[in-house]
Amino acid sequence: MQNSIVRLVEASKAFTTPEGGIVTALDSIDLDVRRNEFLTLLGPSGCGKTTLLQAISGFVELDGGSILIDGEDITDRPPYRRPVNTVFQNYALFPHMTVGENVAYSLEVAGVAKPARREKVSAALKMVGLEGMEGRRPRQLSGGQQQRVALARAIIARPKLLLLDEPLSALDKNLRQAMQIELKTLQNELGISFIFVTHDQQEALTMSDRVAVLSGGRIQQLDTPRAIYDHPVNTFVATFIGASNLFEGTLDGDRLMTADGMAIRHQPCDKKISTKATALIRPEQFFLAEENAPFPTIDVDLDQIVFVGSTFELFGRTAEGRKVIAEVPANRRNLVGTVERTRKARLAYDPAAVHLIGANAGGA
Amino acid sequence: MTLLPCTSSVPMPGVREMSIASRRRFQLAVLLGPVSAFLAVFFLGPLAIMVVTSLLAPGLYGGVEWTFYPHNFGRILGFADPMFEEFDPIYIAIFLRSVEIAALTVLATLLVCYPAAFCIARLSERWKNFCLFLITLPFFTSLIVRLFVWVLILRQTGLVNEMLLSTGLIERPLDLIYTRGAIILGMTYVFIPFMFMPVYASVEKLDWTLVRASLDLGAGPLRTFWRIILPLTAPGIAGGAVIVFIPALGNFVVPAVLGGAKVMMFGNLIEQQFLAARNWPFGAALAMMVMTVMLIMMIAHVVLSGRRSAAAALAR
Repeated sequence: MQNSIVRLVEASKAFTTPEGGIVTALDSIDLDVRRNEFLTLLGPSGCGKTTLLQAISGFVELDGGSILIDGEDITDRPPYRRPVNTVFQNYALFPHMTVGENVAYSLEVAGVAKPARREKVSAALKMVGLEGMEGRRPRQLSGGQQQRVALARAIIARPKLLLLDEPLSALDKNLRQAMQIELKTLQNELGISFIFVTHDQQEALTMSDRVAVLSGGRIQQLDTPRAIYDHPVNTFVATFIGASNLFEGTLDGDRLMTADGMAIRHQPCDKKISTKATALIRPEQFFLAEENAPFPTIDVDLDQIVFVGSTFELFGRTAEGRKVIAEVPANRRNLVGTVERTRKARLAYDPAAVHLIGANAGGA
Repeated sequence: MTLLPCTSSVPMPGVREMSIASRRRFQLAVLLGPVSAFLAVFFLGPLAIMVVTSLLAPGLYGGVEWTFYPHNFGRILGFADPMFEEFDPIYIAIFLRSVEIAALTVLATLLVCYPAAFCIARLSERWKNFCLFLITLPFFTSLIVRLFVWVLILRQTGLVNEMLLSTGLIERPLDLIYTRGAIILGMTYVFIPFMFMPVYASVEKLDWTLVRASLDLGAGPLRTFWRIILPLTAPGIAGGAVIVFIPALGNFVVPAVLGGAKVMMFGNLIEQQFLAARNWPFGAALAMMVMTVMLIMMIAHVVLSGRRSAAAALAR
């Protein structure tokens, strides 16, 4: 309890569509956000991540369940009585106010005296790298600068929790990557918890302490980025995060037999899962086999080889017609040159790198 | 027709060598020509006639005498022709009363239209269009007919009084018609569409995430209204106020029908001078007074809002 800043208990929300159907946005969600944690809500659009964020900020009323912030039940409080601030997707800066007035807004509302306000505004602007911009109008700023103003405005009153609703989606790629690092740094400096909503898995993996993968109004998996990438609990998480090769089949000792007769070797696992399972091999776990390498292999006919800079992406097809994607480091050019000529490749993998997903783990 | 400087740039054999700047000027002249001509003939012309008329002596049987005669304005402002007429402060009093009624009309239309605009802006596209259609519907029938319906509703034996009498709330009919209240009610009714359109335009494009942001930053509903919603919809309110106030000040149909002989507005006074008293120069002088006051207000409005945007530009 001490360690948790936000706790959601069986939070539920359903919407009625104009056609009369019912969409479950939050399906009895339990969630604990720790103090000083960078938590990302990741999922495809319509998975409930924005609803979850708005339930915490107070713009969506729950059908059932409760929300506690710092041990206090705030479920029935309106948005303006919650110790939470939001950075909106389109920044939502007030166009009729200067940058300084925008940033000072929450202090002004709280009745902070003008001199103290001015001091805090310049400190907040300095923090986001916009020193001396108080007098500008929001529309005179670039997208990245507006983003920073929105950030300064949201953190100036030191909320217990900062909510970020896809704040980087409107920025171009380079700026976005720079902002990702800056956000992470800022969160460390401020020492407050961030809940970040995104549909971009790259962003989620880069910044988060923990990632919650949502689908169908449920948290599919909540864990560190590495754990989620390496050990997805179900096929939905496996396919949503990163590229993946999935082989469904029946477990038989240290191999998994697919229905079409392929055998995938894996490390015999200590815990017993079901006999039916899915094996996951990430593309970068494949390598181009040299002659007589002591590894299990899969032979594929190559459809396409794509050079993406640091790696080559190999799109192949097994004799059974199954699509396989492999990633080969670009410094293996010679080998890639060979397979490019023959249009055939023997993909090797380490059985230890194969992750098994039990059939009863569900999926979405 | 000095508004058309096209004689210098008529396409001639040498048109190819025309510089881009002069070609631009030629295009502008062609595009602005028709509207300039229209305004010159139908706006500046009549205005000039009014100015001249207001400075002439009234003819014995209507019409004008072609002599310079500034006392038309004197009758209103205090330097009347000592021979025939005298200064009467009643004209200024009527003017001030008209300003008051017009201002109250602006306020009343705003009180009706502002909340309505928020409701309609939140409807689905189909219902929105339907409501906008309903608001323009009154334009399809005659204003006079619609005003006489109000007479039927408000008169002593009218709908309202009959209903109140039958329920026993009152014992004898109320004086509803031929009062200042009746005029304001009628004017509000007439000018609601004029207020609604600009107010609705600014309410509809209000960005609701800004309202959310304000609530999120700790401002309650009331403060959010004063600090965010009102300033962002102010241009629509200002626009609506101007286009209601100006015609309301000069309106003479509503007071004639609903104000009877008891309440006279400036518009009725002007109408009387032209049609009943047949003193055209004095009517023109009265009209010039209204125009001057409005012109001063408009200039003040432009200067003030211009200064605001200039300040914004300086902030760059």
